[in-house]
Amino acid sequence: MSASRNRELLALVPVALLLTIGFAAVFAQNDNQLTNLSLSYGLYFLAICLATHIYIRIRLPNADPYLFPLMALLTAVGLVMLYRLDSELGNELARDQANWFVLGLILFAVVVHFFKDYSVLERYRYTIALISLALLLAPRLPLIGSQVNGAYLGISIGPISFQPAELAKIGIVIFLASYLREHRELLVVGARRILGITFPPLKHLGPLLVVWGAAMFMLIFIRDLGSSLMFFAAFLALIYVATGRLSFVVIGMAMFLAGAWVIYNTVPHVTDRVDIWLDPYQDPSAAGYQILQSMFAMADGGLFGEGFAQAMVVIPGTDAPLLPAAQTDLIYTLITSELGLFGACAVIAIYLLIAARGFKVALMANDGFSKLLATGLTTVFAFQAFVIIGGVTRVIPLTGVTLPLVSYGGSSILANFILLALLLLISDRARREAREGI
Amino acid sequence: MNSRIVKLFAFTVVMFAVLVGFTSYWTVFDSQNLKNERVNKRPLFAAQKIERGRILASDGTVIARSIRKGSGASLRYVRDYPEGSTYGHPIGYSFIEYGNSEFEAFHNSELIGDDNEFSTIFDELRGKDPVGNDIKTSIDPDAQATAFSMLGDSPGAVVAIEPSTGAIKAMVSVPPFDPNTVPTDFSALNQDPGSPMLNRVTQGQYPPGSTFKLVTAAAALDSGAITLDETINSPATIDIQGNPLANSDNSDYGDIDVTTALTFSVNTYFAQLGEDIGSGTLEEYMTKFGFNAKPELDLPDGQMSVSGVFDDGELVTGDDPIDVGRLAIGQERLLATPVQMAEVAATIANDGKLMRPQIWSEVRDPDGRTVKEMDPEVQSNVISEETANQLTEAMSDVVNEGTGTAAALSGIDVAGKTGTAEIPDVERCDGLPNQAWFVGFAPADDPQIAVAATVECTDGQGGTVAAPIAAAVMQTLLDG
Repeated sequence: MSASRNRELLALVPVALLLTIGFAAVFAQNDNQLTNLSLSYGLYFLAICLATHIYIRIRLPNADPYLFPLMALLTAVGLVMLYRLDSELGNELARDQANWFVLGLILFAVVVHFFKDYSVLERYRYTIALISLALLLAPRLPLIGSQVNGAYLGISIGPISFQPAELAKIGIVIFLASYLREHRELLVVGARRILGITFPPLKHLGPLLVVWGAAMFMLIFIRDLGSSLMFFAAFLALIYVATGRLSFVVIGMAMFLAGAWVIYNTVPHVTDRVDIWLDPYQDPSAAGYQILQSMFAMADGGLFGEGFAQAMVVIPGTDAPLLPAAQTDLIYTLITSELGLFGACAVIAIYLLIAARGFKVALMANDGFSKLLATGLTTVFAFQAFVIIGGVTRVIPLTGVTLPLVSYGGSSILANFILLALLLLISDRARREAREGI
Repeated sequence: MNSRIVKLFAFTVVMFAVLVGFTSYWTVFDSQNLKNERVNKRPLFAAQKIERGRILASDGTVIARSIRKGSGASLRYVRDYPEGSTYGHPIGYSFIEYGNSEFEAFHNSELIGDDNEFSTIFDELRGKDPVGNDIKTSIDPDAQATAFSMLGDSPGAVVAIEPSTGAIKAMVSVPPFDPNTVPTDFSALNQDPGSPMLNRVTQGQYPPGSTFKLVTAAAALDSGAITLDETINSPATIDIQGNPLANSDNSDYGDIDVTTALTFSVNTYFAQLGEDIGSGTLEEYMTKFGFNAKPELDLPDGQMSVSGVFDDGELVTGDDPIDVGRLAIGQERLLATPVQMAEVAATIANDGKLMRPQIWSEVRDPDGRTVKEMDPEVQSNVISEETANQLTEAMSDVVNEGTGTAAALSGIDVAGKTGTAEIPDVERCDGLPNQAWFVGFAPADDPQIAVAATVECTDGQGGTVAAPIAAAVMQTLLDG
């Protein structure tokens, strides 16, 4: 037990060092001198991580040792990139993000404290599902809803704005894990083969159709291509893991594609997004501007990148953006442009390592709900990274989801530390049970 | 469920591999195409971040420099030309939106420091922006100023070459343009009927008139078609190709030698001489003098014109039928640039060797160390030293007692040749029909400077309009 915690502690040191060096580099870039300010940022960060580490040591002594340092590493990468943007654009995004990081860790502690027995979540699964759906729809509500680039992603109440999809993704995964844990046998046993394809029993198909409907609904009403893709991918992954029927996944994918095709042909916002993905040169100065600039900036990056803080974010001498939304949508592009293909691969590797640790937690868990919950949370986290990185590299249409823990955004930080709390709770229980030989 | 979780992880690995694949494609495999994409303005903005080197006159006067704007990531440099229009030609301009022209374009790689392999790789590893080299030219500010004041508002051109090295000492085209105004007035400058953006020295194609008789005489003497003492009967008028050709003063000169014929610019003499030597020999010598090809100056080919016989804009060479008698006196669709005629004078001044004309003299790295220096090169061995000396004698007579007396300098022996041609597209000249020329060099016994001066659309003669301009520029350079 103390061995895993010691490994966690050791892993946190390079993370804090990276943040210190990154901040120092921004200082050096700006003033050609090092101040001890960068050192103190590094120390603050290390202190916060240490406090969290001690809390984990006490509350979750058996939990996976690498998940927290890996997520802290992503946060550090994000903070350094945001600080680099701040120094050029005169914002204070890094400071805000650091505050959100502290808040996220507090929320992490709260979740760990109150949901030590996370199986209570199963009891409230329908409530959680309803709240999640309500959260998803909130941006369409008058007064609090807000539209960005044609998509309804945020709500704002007074000075606070929030992206509810970030929280909803966790709620929906909890619901699906719980529902599938209970119904997975029925889905398999009652299945029948029609024309060589195995269909789930109609009786139990209902709730699954609801999920499909919800994804389509999101496409139409929220117009959020990225989130609906992310949710549906997590849904199909869970169906597959729960039932072992690849045919269900194929049917689900066919339904999603069919629905998406219809929506593509009927909802103008979605049509535009897809058309720009297929041919960004058709409107290079407006609709295609962001994705084209993303490609051009990556081309400048090459293998090793232009160097830290060297990429052009605005047109020199003006405020006109050359990398629109560099702090959110295009942060991966910024990393690629400045740190090159190698830097980009390092970031992808961190996500892959988190996915590996997350699936490891699922493998070690002993009960179905824990397994499915860990699988679902890991999938939704990894897929969110895929959707935005795939968006800026033109694998799929570009949408406005955040790059988890790296992009600027409070909702994303908070939601992902709740996600971390749940994964570590599952991990702690599984490894304790394994150690006690249950 | 465990095996399915492992499969799901494998699927995640594949998905992320796709991301790595696409990122590799944009950053490495398709990178060059993206950088060349027309809508991609990043390479242009990046070029602005390089501190382009300065361009200096021969005495160190700053002709072009880069002004720093902004700081940090918004740092960029904008070109500034402190001397305004004085060096608009031949230096040209360099602006992100409008590209590079003339000298700025030809020497671009040195000016942005792109030619220095070692420091570039080293700097790239340090993430440092490359810094450009300074280039010193051989252009003399005083000569430049003299040429401008002598030309005044008359459209025309002056170019001065050091015969022994090919170094360009002055290059003036009127009307001039101020490169500082390019970013604001680009289209107005291009649409101006006076064509200020045209470098008349290298792009202006004019009928050279009698100055071309130097080439005819050089070909005749050097090929052995005539000797210095041989005479040809030169009446007031003769028939050439079935059409009468007269001397400009309608005098009958009788039996004269080549020196006398040059001194008084006798058309009937040179027309017969041209028919004697034939078009093949004449074309051979023209080519050696630099005709029928672009000048070998350090300016972009696109901003230089070929000198030669043109038919509807096409260069006439080889077996095409040609009126060699009229070609010999500088007519017959012959067009020449001022720099070409200056090269003719410089060749005669340099004992028959044409030195490759160059504007730059020295490249210096940002620390002020000389990286390379202009190494004078023989462009072609045109005529023998003997022929050159004979022509120099005759050209001295032109200035001492012939058509070019206005080019005389006190105490210095000047050699030269005047020319007055009829402008073919005279409609643009408001009834002023002549293209006035003077080409020459000084001192005749030890040539230091060769000059070509020409004025468009004048009712004066080469000897009255162009010769004083050339004289003043030569005087300035010899005094300096």
